[in-house]
Amino acid sequence: MNENITDHSVLNVEAPEAISRRRFFEKLSIALVGFCAAVVGIPLVGFIIAPLFRKPPENWVTVGKVNDFQIGKTVSVTVIDSSPLPWAGVTAKNAVWLRREDKSNFIAFSANCTHLGCPVRWMEGADLFMCPCHGGVYYRDGKVAAGPPPRPLFRYDVRVENGEVKMKSVVVPIVTTL
Amino acid sequence: MKQLFKTVWLWLDDRIGISVLLAPMKHIAPQDAKWWYVFGTATLIAFVVQVASGVALAFSFIPSSSQAYETLVFITNTAPFGRFLRGLHYYGASAMVLMIGAHMAQTFLFGSYKFPREMTWTTGVCLLGFTLAMGFTGQLLRWDSTAAWSVVVAAEQAGRVPLVGDWLARFILGGNTIGGATLSRFFAIHVFVLPGIMFGFIGLHLWLVLRHGISEPPTAGKPVNPETYRKEYDELLKKSGRPFWPDLAWRDVIVCTALILTISLLAHFIGPPPLDNPPDPSVLAADPRPDWYLLWYFALLALIPVRIEGYVMILMPVLLGMLLLIIPVLNHKGERAASRRPWAIAVVCLSVIMIGSLWIEGQQSPWSPNFQALPLSEKVVGTTSGLVFQGAQLFHDKACLNCHLIQGYGGRRGPDLTHIADKLTHDNMVIRIVNGGNNMPAFGSSLKPQELDALVAFLQSRKRPLRPQDQPPTARN
Repeated sequence: MNENITDHSVLNVEAPEAISRRRFFEKLSIALVGFCAAVVGIPLVGFIIAPLFRKPPENWVTVGKVNDFQIGKTVSVTVIDSSPLPWAGVTAKNAVWLRREDKSNFIAFSANCTHLGCPVRWMEGADLFMCPCHGGVYYRDGKVAAGPPPRPLFRYDVRVENGEVKMKSVVVPIVTTL
Repeated sequence: MKQLFKTVWLWLDDRIGISVLLAPMKHIAPQDAKWWYVFGTATLIAFVVQVASGVALAFSFIPSSSQAYETLVFITNTAPFGRFLRGLHYYGASAMVLMIGAHMAQTFLFGSYKFPREMTWTTGVCLLGFTLAMGFTGQLLRWDSTAAWSVVVAAEQAGRVPLVGDWLARFILGGNTIGGATLSRFFAIHVFVLPGIMFGFIGLHLWLVLRHGISEPPTAGKPVNPETYRKEYDELLKKSGRPFWPDLAWRDVIVCTALILTISLLAHFIGPPPLDNPPDPSVLAADPRPDWYLLWYFALLALIPVRIEGYVMILMPVLLGMLLLIIPVLNHKGERAASRRPWAIAVVCLSVIMIGSLWIEGQQSPWSPNFQALPLSEKVVGTTSGLVFQGAQLFHDKACLNCHLIQGYGGRRGPDLTHIADKLTHDNMVIRIVNGGNNMPAFGSSLKPQELDALVAFLQSRKRPLRPQDQPPTARN
């Protein structure tokens, strides 16, 4: 071994106060590393998980005039996100199946199959919603008719105001039951 | 000039340590490690291709929900070599999944996961998981209609996780629905997070390969004994070991060349998977499917009984992953040769058969309605007027044809009704149509009596033609 190079692993025994000083700086170093990790890490994690805490906007969106919809018919309507991110583009659009029950009552069904969220299609002649993914089928009232969906189609709040049909912003309904 | 190059090389090598860095390439390996041992290198090379082609694609790909689709169209149709690069990235991913599967099967059959290489296997299992995650997130970056709806499917699956399911789903969506935040988080995961983790795990995996050596091919009747194995392995290497480079690596080079040529030819002649419609969630005529390497799981979710589906969706991947991880803990010594471990051969064969069968089912997706079903032709119906004809029209209009086959036309979700009149009576047909059952909706409330009569009349005309010997004597004459 080169005698000029100091082997730090075989340093001689030091005075007790020196050890205490070194242990102090060791602990201080560990604490500082933890502090730095927190200073950088907390905003970082907060930034990434922020969407979890974003509440859906409560405002009502007009999807058409009442007279645009025939009684007994189910049609898809586009609902634009009322507060999209500026770069959302076409992804700010959503669709729901809207059914006019009578003169002033509407039902808005989620277009997401309750099995795994695929877009269900309305089969006009059959009065059924059908899912292309795993074959889920629903009756016109949204109840499960066949296939694997665990529950009926979700419904959104819809109301008529000043001759216009209004809905709250669309949220993808998540089935959380096993 | 030669002397100058030599001097420069020696200077650089001294300062950078290139020879030291490359020294592991010359590690001594068993000389019998031949063609069965090439899959690990092939997986690594496929990963390198993915990194290189991914970096190139990122030069033009904009991870914005509003612009990604247009940049993909530009890359595919306009950018020089863009179509080829997209294809290379797609087939490279496919090759990586195939090679990692082959590598795991070989390692399992050769018992190479046993002492002292338990952690080599474990890191490899983690890499399999990361590879599949890369495959799935990569499909989502193909930001078309299928990708957007696949994000929803992923969120719905995550939603089934107890307690934190809703949070996980919102995290995946980047909010309460598909939107501006969705694509960019998958881009970050696919391009930075997962590759970063994979680089670390690949480094660890390779370090463990060097630390414990490449396992020698197993010999029947020569079990692994942890107390003596290392000594026996060292003696084997001293007796007949060869440096990996250049003595053994040539096979890896040949296989990797074949792999790169294959994916390049596929990228050039077949090209990348076509883009679907733009990712507009208000267009509901979408049919999201995973890429081929996850199609078996898609099929599984359609075929398992509904009452256990949630458990299978969440617990099966967890249990499967844990089982793979603890294999070397449960079975770290003893026989390595597959001929003495018939259960190992059975596990690999059954896995291939199970995944293959589910994959074929996923390709056909018989559980999905056929939305492209056209009205039955006159030739199939057999008439152009009357109750049978009206019934045939209703059979299409009421979406019966979306789920049932008639002489090869229609869907496969329900039974083939080509010869249904040979099996069901008039009354049975009425009961079945009105009440539904056996995964069929009830049509009682949506059919008028005359429509029901017409439908049944049509179905009653669906009989197997009589053979000459079955016809009454008068008809034969």
